[in-house]
Amino acid sequence: MTRLAAAVLPFLAFLGLSPLLLGAVTRVKSLFAGRTGAPLLQPYHDLRRLLGKQPVYSRTTTWVFRAGPLVGLGAVVAAGLLMSFGGAPALLPFPGDFILFASLLGLSRFATALAALDTGSSFEGMGAAREVTFAAFAEPALFLCLVALVRATGSLSLSGMLREGLPELWRAQGPALLLAATALVVVALAENARIPVDDPTTHLELTMIHEVMVLDHSGPDLAVIHYAASLKLFLFGALVVRLALGFPFSSPWPSLGVFLGGMALFATALGAIESTMARLRLDRVPQLLVAASVLALFALVLLLR
Amino acid sequence: MTYWTGLVFVLVVVLDLLVLASSRLRGAIRTVAFQGAVLALLPLLLPAPAAGEHRVVHMVALAVGALVVKGFLIPGMMLWAMREAAIRREVEPIVGFVPSLVLGALGVAAAFTFSGALPLPAPELHPLLVPTSLSTVWTGLLLVVSRRKAVAQVLGFLLVENGVFVFGVLLSGFMPLMVEAGVLLDLLAATFVMGIVIFHINREFASLDTGRLTSLRD
Amino acid sequence: MLLLALLPLVLAPLALAALALAVPRARWRPRLLLVGAGLHAAAVAALWALRPGPTLSGWLALDAAGLLTLSTASAVFLASAVYVQGYLATHPERDDRVFVGSLLALLAAMTGAALAQNLGLLWVIIELTTLATAPLIYFRHDALSLEATWKYLMVCSLGIALALLGTFFLAFSSAGPGGPQTLLLPDLIAAGDRLSRPWVRAAFAFLLAGYGTKMGLAPFHAWKPDAYGEAPGVLGALLAGGVTNIAFLALVRATSVCQAAGEGPFARSALLGVGLLSMGVAAVFMVGQRDFKRLLAYSSVEHMGILALGVGLGGAAAAGAFFHMVNNGLTKGVLFLTAGNIHRAYGTKDTDRVRGAARRLPLSGPLFLLGFLAVTGSPPFAPFFSEFAILSGALGGGRWLVAAAYLALLALIFVTMGSTVLRIVQGEPRQPAEPGFGDVATTAGPPLLLLLAVLALGLWVPRGLLDLFDAAAALVRG
Repeated sequence: MTRLAAAVLPFLAFLGLSPLLLGAVTRVKSLFAGRTGAPLLQPYHDLRRLLGKQPVYSRTTTWVFRAGPLVGLGAVVAAGLLMSFGGAPALLPFPGDFILFASLLGLSRFATALAALDTGSSFEGMGAAREVTFAAFAEPALFLCLVALVRATGSLSLSGMLREGLPELWRAQGPALLLAATALVVVALAENARIPVDDPTTHLELTMIHEVMVLDHSGPDLAVIHYAASLKLFLFGALVVRLALGFPFSSPWPSLGVFLGGMALFATALGAIESTMARLRLDRVPQLLVAASVLALFALVLLLR
Repeated sequence: MTYWTGLVFVLVVVLDLLVLASSRLRGAIRTVAFQGAVLALLPLLLPAPAAGEHRVVHMVALAVGALVVKGFLIPGMMLWAMREAAIRREVEPIVGFVPSLVLGALGVAAAFTFSGALPLPAPELHPLLVPTSLSTVWTGLLLVVSRRKAVAQVLGFLLVENGVFVFGVLLSGFMPLMVEAGVLLDLLAATFVMGIVIFHINREFASLDTGRLTSLRD
Repeated sequence: MLLLALLPLVLAPLALAALALAVPRARWRPRLLLVGAGLHAAAVAALWALRPGPTLSGWLALDAAGLLTLSTASAVFLASAVYVQGYLATHPERDDRVFVGSLLALLAAMTGAALAQNLGLLWVIIELTTLATAPLIYFRHDALSLEATWKYLMVCSLGIALALLGTFFLAFSSAGPGGPQTLLLPDLIAAGDRLSRPWVRAAFAFLLAGYGTKMGLAPFHAWKPDAYGEAPGVLGALLAGGVTNIAFLALVRATSVCQAAGEGPFARSALLGVGLLSMGVAAVFMVGQRDFKRLLAYSSVEHMGILALGVGLGGAAAAGAFFHMVNNGLTKGVLFLTAGNIHRAYGTKDTDRVRGAARRLPLSGPLFLLGFLAVTGSPPFAPFFSEFAILSGALGGGRWLVAAAYLALLALIFVTMGSTVLRIVQGEPRQPAEPGFGDVATTAGPPLLLLLAVLALGLWVPRGLLDLFDAAAALVRG
């Protein structure tokens, strides 16, 4: 019973607490700006409000537009099944699942981009083009980080990578892991459309990357999209947090507790980064992502010696 | 001790890549200065092959000298030379930021992979030393060859010298302090002369873009 | 004894340089060059007679190769010092403080490099020569010379940094257990078999790149045409007759260590390749060359290639290479000083506009022609005999292909260089001469004397000199 609970509870936390992560990030940003900001549970209220509305569909859209958000959500939830939260085993682990993990996240992005293109609007098309271009740079970085982790831990499964033994790994290969973690943070920023890659709070369509792709969605569709975005952020956060705070515990409860604490820290760090950095010029983003790839490559080279 | 030395070497290589990627010249100058300061710590971190009072004094003198020259005097001169010029940013280099970053990374990877061909004669020294030195030299060469602004080319030269310095630290055992002091002073003098020439270039061409220095050709 | 000789050789020029830089306005500043050159030449003559032993615990010593380099540099500097008196008189408006000071500092540096036996010290001094010559290239203070100065600084400093890495590699090779752990040349050679061979090999690669840059060997010669083209003729003479020889000396020292460590074949084949490449590059770029000073720069590249070739072949060819080093230094002195005179008289370096130099400058013009004949290896001038010695070394060693390439390139260079030189020297000058820029004793006398020396060496080489060549070649015995 406890073993099942140990696996299911983190997954339920993933499903349930992701909007709270978004709320925490927004709260930290407000605090940096000197305001009190919205309540921590505001994202949940937003989701409930959106679910109660009626969706409006443009006449130019097809079934692709309606299916996009749902496919995206499904892909992200499926990726969550592969992820090990806080060192607990994933629900469906298998060797090589990190490749499927990255592919599912790619599928989610693909569905959103398709839906955006389906609207026939130039704004969405522009957003989709930008998003996919940056993703083309971020994917190699993500893969290099994961491969570096594979090499460091010797396990081909995400659960194996993140289960145990991380403190010894840090002691033995500290610099390399630090490089991989840094690259992972940059990739997380890029994939989740945070500053310095994209500003989630901008109103100007020409400066948007991710937001502009979802301009036409409304009501429950928009709720699903926001929820999927928060899930994705939680996934990346889980990867980074477990890499940084991979303490082995004999019982799953303190492990979960430390994990959730780490996620709170991650939210704070993210809010701090967003508040203190300015957004990069669009042509500098590929340079940033190539730099992340280079760091991950260097980490891999160090681990291969 | 080996752990922290390894961290220092990795930091040096990351700083190399940072200089390759940066387009802001002042930031690049400070990064190179920081790298020089970090390298100045190396004589104190590496294990001494032969202990003794004399050696400790030697190491400390070298560390302090390197810190002062590389960390303060040389960047000070570079910033002074730039002060006259109104430039802040590097224009797009001949090779491009992304390709030069990739080339730098490939060079670093090659250095780390093939440095096994040069076995360290005294094996207790850190295994990352040779690749770090070679990567820094490679990055410096890349900078000199691919950048347009004169200041960036001088930074490339400084990186090459930093890479060579990593090697030199190991030889403190039998390299007399005179020679090391000579090397540091040479570096200082060279940067001084380069700074003067940059000053003249700025006065002559009202720009530090060496793309203007192309009249002499066959 | 050697320590005492350092006084006029190194300390006096440095003191005179400081004096030149310190005094703000002095008409007698150029005379300091004469004082320094005279003291230096006298000291070198004394060294020939006395041949003192090492000093400063072996850091400084006078061996055969060092003595040859030092003598050539001293002779060229003496000629240049006299020349500068006339040169500066034609440019009274320019501030000669840095000029005179840097020249004297250069003399001190060249001497130190010739005497240095510690490879680290050698490196430091060679770097100083780069820094001392950079302000001299910029003497004209215009955009083109600024460009040349910048390229010179960057390329040479970068090359020198690589040479430092090579020096450190060499020190590393001696750092293993049982190794001598030193940078002193005699100790390194004595402990040759205990040096780590991969490190020696890597060291030589970097030293060749670094000191080859300073020498102006292809493919590291990019700075030469610009620097020689824009610098005053005096500096061209000193660079080609002094500084490049110093870099050659450094390369020779590196080769001798390689030889001792068993990497001799690798070093020599690298030198052979680079030497032939330099000759080839020079030949190609001399075709249709419109600037006669750049032409001379490529000639310098060619002759550095010949020197590398000679050392690469080893044996008798190496002795010929040292003979050639002396000859080339003196002949380049003739060529650059007269080229400077021609440039000044015509106000341009463009070979399309310069005609009839033999008429307008009755001394410098014919001297330029004779210098060209000497440098391309015409008898009875000395370079013919040194180049022939290298050729016979190649043939004697059975390297037919190398000898054939060598001869072909020499012939090609003779033709291409000759077409430009003859065009300049012959014919009628297009405009009337401007007053004040003709031949005077101070500007035409030194090249004449240097040419006579080259002629004398061609007709008769003293026994002592021949012995020195053989002793120097023994350093790189192969």
